[in-house]
Amino acid sequence: MASIALRLPRFLGRLTLGFLAHFGRISLLVAELVRGLTEVRIWVPRMFAEAATVGLGSLPIVIVISAFAGTVTALQAGYQWQTSLPVSVLGTLITNTIVLELGPVLIGLVLAGRIGARYAAELGTMRVTEQIDALESLGRSPASHLILPRVLASTLMLPILVIIADVIGVAAGWYFVKQVLPVTDADFSYGARAYWKSFDAYYSVIKAMSFGLAIGLLSCYMGFNTQQGAEGVGKSTTAAIVTSSVVILLLNTLLAKILLNP
Amino acid sequence: MIELKGVRKRFGEQVVLDGVDFIVREGETMALLGPSGTGKSVLLKHINGLIRPDAGKVLVDGLCVATLRRSDLAELRTHIGYVFQNGALFDSMNVFENVRLGLSDENKFRDLAYAKARVAECIKLVNLAPETVEKFPSQLSGGMRKRVGIARAIAGAPKYLLYDEPTSGLDPVNANVIDALVKRLDKELGVTSVMVTHDVRGAFNVADKIALLSEGKIVLQGTPEEFRDSENPKVKAFLERDFESDTPFAA
Repeated sequence: MASIALRLPRFLGRLTLGFLAHFGRISLLVAELVRGLTEVRIWVPRMFAEAATVGLGSLPIVIVISAFAGTVTALQAGYQWQTSLPVSVLGTLITNTIVLELGPVLIGLVLAGRIGARYAAELGTMRVTEQIDALESLGRSPASHLILPRVLASTLMLPILVIIADVIGVAAGWYFVKQVLPVTDADFSYGARAYWKSFDAYYSVIKAMSFGLAIGLLSCYMGFNTQQGAEGVGKSTTAAIVTSSVVILLLNTLLAKILLNP
Repeated sequence: MIELKGVRKRFGEQVVLDGVDFIVREGETMALLGPSGTGKSVLLKHINGLIRPDAGKVLVDGLCVATLRRSDLAELRTHIGYVFQNGALFDSMNVFENVRLGLSDENKFRDLAYAKARVAECIKLVNLAPETVEKFPSQLSGGMRKRVGIARAIAGAPKYLLYDEPTSGLDPVNANVIDALVKRLDKELGVTSVMVTHDVRGAFNVADKIALLSEGKIVLQGTPEEFRDSENPKVKAFLERDFESDTPFAA
């Protein structure tokens, strides 16, 4: 009985220590990245190359997801529609749903899988095959050569991809809501513009940037600290996706509280 | 000069280095022998600061590696070429880009004409064909990867060269080729080298001095002759086990 009573505090203690260790290591990594910012000649070209790969490579999945998100929003709006409301409200509903929530969060979660897995697996493989040690032994910083370009590429590219997703999502919603309800282009356009605030667009972009930063930083951290061969790479990749996804949902809640309901 | 004083290192419960004292003087080629898993590579990684000791000092040119500032450690590493066991080539880059990364001077690295000339020179020094520079690591054999790893390590004209098992995983013919290459480079470039190996034959062929690491300590450090004539039971046991009936290094 006593041993069972001791297990819980031990477990909680280990959990807390593990969390603090990760927090400490991530803080050190961030400090290293800030120091690496001075090595502009190294990270800038690599960042653009990485951004092009991440951006162009993710574009097809972003288009597909945002088109389906817009379509489903329109179809569900059609199912739940109350005829006592003016149909122009549908423009407001679909635009705000896509721009404020579905665009950034869906794209963030999908790219946490796509980009996060890629970064963690790349850096993890480089770690277990001693490529990171080799870079360090050449007197070069892994932070400015490997991590900074990836973190900045995902931080910069996610907002661009989310803007594309917002536009496609709204366009798809606009098209499909006309198929299920008697809405004209003028009604939709009026509704979309009537309650539109430029802050909504900024909010979408701020969310996307914070998601991009979280995906880049956490995935690189997981990959960089990979241990124990192929199994370790698998573990880091899984951890990168799961952690990035959870952090995206936490950030989503936090930003909604701070920016929308201060 | 490379000097290790009372270096201790443990990973969890496992003590890997238990008070290692080790000296490599200017211009020497030192072979560090020992059975697999005794911590030879761990010791080598202490020399360029990839691993920090739990206790003791690692001195390179009188500088304590473990306490150097980050920028000073990066500067010191540009004087230490490191040849990894499996090459550790960057697999997303071709051979040219891999060897070019060995140019520690950023201005020389940016100067494409200089970089091309220096990479071609290093590729020639390790006996590879000029067209190898276009290939990716996945297109190279094990022996070629090791040679590209050596070319990358010497590209920045280092003062010290550290070889981690340069002949492991190679057939005897290729192992001899690498041994001869290491010996030739050490003489031509005038570098101070430490070669970690469990290949006794290779060590006797290449090194001026030999050290045996066993159970976390340096059991013996001396010339090949002193090593061969040693009555130390661990040295004798290691040599007998490795050569069994064959004694090609015998006088």
